[in-house]
Amino acid sequence: MSRHEVVSPIPGVFYRRPDPDSPPFAEDGSAVSGDSPVGLVEVMKSFHQIAAGASGTLVEFLVGDEDEVDAGQPVAVIEIG
Amino acid sequence: MEKLLVANRGEIAVRIVRAARDLGIRTVAVHSKADAGALHTRLADAAVEIGPSPASKSYLVADAVLAAAAETGADAVHPGYGFLSERASFAAAVAGAGLTFVGPSAATIERMGDKVAAREVARAAGVPTVPGTPGGVDGVDAAAAAARDVGYPVMLKAAAGGGGRGIRVVDDEDGLRAAFGQASTEALKAFGDGTMYLERYVEKARHVEVQVLGDGSSAVHLFERECSLQRRRQKVVEEAVSPGITDAVRDRMTAAAVALCREVGYTSAGTVEFLVDDATQEFFFIEMNTRIQVEHPTTELVTGIDLVAEQLRIAAGETLRPGQDGIERRGHAVEFRICAEDPERDFLPQPGPVGRITLPSGPWVRCDTWLEPDATVPPYYDSLLAKVVVWGGDRAEALARSRRALEEFSVDGIPTTAGLLRSLVDEPWMASADFHTATLEHWLRGDKA
Repeated sequence: MSRHEVVSPIPGVFYRRPDPDSPPFAEDGSAVSGDSPVGLVEVMKSFHQIAAGASGTLVEFLVGDEDEVDAGQPVAVIEIG
Repeated sequence: MEKLLVANRGEIAVRIVRAARDLGIRTVAVHSKADAGALHTRLADAAVEIGPSPASKSYLVADAVLAAAAETGADAVHPGYGFLSERASFAAAVAGAGLTFVGPSAATIERMGDKVAAREVARAAGVPTVPGTPGGVDGVDAAAAAARDVGYPVMLKAAAGGGGRGIRVVDDEDGLRAAFGQASTEALKAFGDGTMYLERYVEKARHVEVQVLGDGSSAVHLFERECSLQRRRQKVVEEAVSPGITDAVRDRMTAAAVALCREVGYTSAGTVEFLVDDATQEFFFIEMNTRIQVEHPTTELVTGIDLVAEQLRIAAGETLRPGQDGIERRGHAVEFRICAEDPERDFLPQPGPVGRITLPSGPWVRCDTWLEPDATVPPYYDSLLAKVVVWGGDRAEALARSRRALEEFSVDGIPTTAGLLRSLVDEPWMASADFHTATLEHWLRGDKA
């Protein structure tokens, strides 16, 4: 099995839910496909969805909900396969 | 008023600090962690950190702002625009703490912030609103009867709706009968309620707004601005006065705005927004903004009146200084909003460190900004870098100076919208002011405006 790191392409604030009243996009252990969303990054009042980018199991989030992230920073890990 | 707390950041906080200084009022800046070294914090007489970088944890925390006011002995609070500026509970809390809120009363903010209540105020003041049915219509025959009164084309909208679903534009009764059932079914599926209402559809709408000042007993207008050039409902270019209305419409619209202010006993600066049907020149009240607006400098340049200083004087209890007869307009002003966005990548916001910057200046050019050389554009707030505001004896002269000013603007390190705005100025439809609220989006897509 190989590991894939999901990277935020932009700096901002990371959110695990589409909105405060909804469940998270994904949990530890969720099966994801390449285009499954795993989070949102808010940058300058606009929101950008971050896709898993690989199919497999999401094993770990590397940042918390509402944590600040930098461009290029890994936010989650997926085990491919 | 001796010490003013500025509950905002960026260019508007800088703008307010400067107006206060002109009046001999000391200032307190509040700032988030990210803004510790920002221009507004350095220009103010005192600065207080009120929380972490995200606005939801700093600039939007009313208690933190009030604590900063208490700590520094401020006796007034200016909210700027955005953030807490139109939150009635904040205005009430400021007043409750024994401080002066620079803006209208909490009751007025609440009343004008409620769309239904605001329309009632407009009707009571004799100000036209968009023709339509007040509530849902009962079936297709009732809809057809209502549409004859409203006038075609009409927009069918789901009463429970939002996000553009369940909306149909129809040109005549046949079209309405064909579309009604389908739209109602769509609304039922989407919202669990198939009730529809109708509104006049304005195909080519211009967005024109009247600047007002009131002291609670009297009110004046400072003419209007046109803000039709918008992208995703965000204003991009604004000008004073509107190039798209006749003098007769201007007279009626400004009188309507003043009547509306008198109806609510409006205090402070405010803006009454109208939709203008470009084909018929009819105008309809949309809403009132109970705060200073981003585009206020265009009005300042054509009237010579410092709107923020007037807000502060009114808040301090002075009666309105400029009488209507003393407010004249001269020439034309255009404002361009330059944002940290990449037009080549669908306007993706681009925060980050900047290097060298050149800000336009020179004859009849004003640049309101917080940007400095070697600053960092933070990712937490809106993308507005600067407002380039240009005055000319007439519109053509203002646009010619705008070319020069936009060419001078440069920022190393991040993309901006300055180049795009510069190319927009050369469009023939811009020169002739032949535009409406959808024109800019058409142009960006490469369609004919």
